[in-house]
Amino acid sequence: MRLIGKVGRWFDDRLQLGKPMMATMAHPVPRRTASWFYVFGSAALTVFGLQVVTGILLAILYVPSAGEAWNALQVLNHQISAGWFIRALHGWGSNFMLAIVLIHMVQVFLFGAYKFPRELTWIVGVLLLLMTLGMAFTGQVLRFDQDAYWGLGIGASIASRVPLLGPALVNLLLGGPIIAGATLSRFFALHVFVIPGLLIAFVGLHLLLVLKLGINEWPMPGRIVRRATYVAEYHELTQRDGIPFVPAAVWKDVIFSGFVLLSIVACAALLGPFGPGGQPDPTIIQTAPHPDPFFLWLYALLSYLPPAAETPVLLIGPAVGLAVLLALPLFAGEGEKSWKRRPIAVLTILLVAVTLGSLTHLATHAPWSPVMDAWSGEPIPEQYLKGRTALERHGALVFQLKQCHNCHSLDGKGGQRGPALDRVAVALTKDQLIRQVIQGGGNMPAYGKNLSPAETTALVAFLETLHPAGQAPARDASRAAILP
Amino acid sequence: MSSTERPSRRGIFIKLGILLNGVAGAMLAVPILRYVLSPLIRNRKPGYRAWVSLGSVAQFPAGQTRFATYRNPVVTPSDGDTANIACWVRNIDGQRFQIFAINCAHLGCPVRWFAQSNLFMCPCHGGAYYEDGSRASGPPERGLFEYRYKIDGGALFIETDDMPTPGAPGALASLTLRKPPCA
Repeated sequence: MRLIGKVGRWFDDRLQLGKPMMATMAHPVPRRTASWFYVFGSAALTVFGLQVVTGILLAILYVPSAGEAWNALQVLNHQISAGWFIRALHGWGSNFMLAIVLIHMVQVFLFGAYKFPRELTWIVGVLLLLMTLGMAFTGQVLRFDQDAYWGLGIGASIASRVPLLGPALVNLLLGGPIIAGATLSRFFALHVFVIPGLLIAFVGLHLLLVLKLGINEWPMPGRIVRRATYVAEYHELTQRDGIPFVPAAVWKDVIFSGFVLLSIVACAALLGPFGPGGQPDPTIIQTAPHPDPFFLWLYALLSYLPPAAETPVLLIGPAVGLAVLLALPLFAGEGEKSWKRRPIAVLTILLVAVTLGSLTHLATHAPWSPVMDAWSGEPIPEQYLKGRTALERHGALVFQLKQCHNCHSLDGKGGQRGPALDRVAVALTKDQLIRQVIQGGGNMPAYGKNLSPAETTALVAFLETLHPAGQAPARDASRAAILP
Repeated sequence: MSSTERPSRRGIFIKLGILLNGVAGAMLAVPILRYVLSPLIRNRKPGYRAWVSLGSVAQFPAGQTRFATYRNPVVTPSDGDTANIACWVRNIDGQRFQIFAINCAHLGCPVRWFAQSNLFMCPCHGGAYYEDGSRASGPPERGLFEYRYKIDGGALFIETDDMPTPGAPGALASLTLRKPPCA
């Protein structure tokens, strides 16, 4: 023990870091900030550390070549001992990091921590969120499979819509005319050098600001932030009712970080690594590309926006959102901090959470996508065929052969792109059915050219049988009155 | 050497040093920018667009739409399978063709042809197109992207270009049935 102390002193005589480090660790923080609400920032830092370590381990074996990356991931998964586990840790670490960063952001927003004098801490935090999202997207690209390939295509298609600069942006993004070797290597450079470098620098700045300005005190309803008096009030609070950060507050951070790390290890061990999915060969088109969980909401949004609104929303929406986040502390830098006195702040969080949650939920079963194999893989339920005439059964065959089932469900099976047809005969008369089939409309293709008159007759005869027992199909009342 | 001279002389040296570094920075900036922007510069070189064979015309029967692939002419050694590009070839009447890019005109996902209902369907956001590539339903704002083509010595050639995207369709811009085949 004495030897260790001696060696330590030898180093500290030269480094002279001991005293300032002790002073930093023991700096007083307001008593109530030693709370379980204040542990998310340190947990995000811990997970970031895990990502750096596992990322370096993966880089030892990963090959950033479009021709080799997928095979390298297979080798990692199946041939290198514990390779699958390192991949799983990195993948789950990414999900946990994004989740914790978002929770941290919601917490500091609701606790008014972005107000004077911590405006810059918030702004740097917003930039850190962008970088974390950037890491998630570029990381998904490095898992170079079909989802990555077509995800890049979607990214390029969005970038191409920027006025004037669009084509140049696509070429810069892809590193060439198509998604290929140059695309993967530049995303590798972004994911491994550029964004992590920025992340480390900005995390350092973020921490420095927290230390310089002090941790945000527990917000009390009625305690108003004023630029003229706040610093003195905060100083007085930490002096009067402060506790040393180490050990009085830090033990909760340490315990929570340990809990998060154990959770990541458990997820990685029990659920394994993510993919890779199918080979990134663009001539294999039997694929339904899907984004990673944190971008699912965007997938849903892109499906539901009206075509004309898509480009403006895609290009202006993120810019406005980012501007609002960056400017928030500048126009709301004073006033009430407690969420109990800030109903609009609480409602904003709820609205954003419900919106993103609903879109994400929708995207997990993607009702807007046709079920590409329903026509051959989902038979028509038996009850819709029993006791039917030959013509009606032929109509059921037309229904399958013409891929109607890909977009329309029967008895809950098949696509949900169009309405379910179990009760269609109640909603539409025979003439309306014929018109809808032939002319399409309301987001349905027109089948006029693709159905012979006999096929149309059979199909409509089948559709007319689709009504609940005891409920008559719709009929045109005027028809009976006019036609004898 | 008087004490009043010193700061001004040092000041001059500092300024000279800054100037030297500035010149070096400017000299470095030019090649660095050229390197970073190389995907744009390469784009303008002649031969960037090329005619590529999809194989014998006989592979594409009249009145049918068939899957075809080609190797992108601008390749690097690390491209692997990604340089293999797919497209849909529609032989309208034995004389005229339409060759569609595989990428949906919405966000670039691979569209699939359904010969029974004569529709192209996209698995991502539900775009659908008629057999002539025109928009049938869903989020796309336009029809499928089309390649220019020619028939030479019994083989079908297409003019390749950038991967088409809604804002940058490149050479694959037009969607017309009246375009004469340039044989």
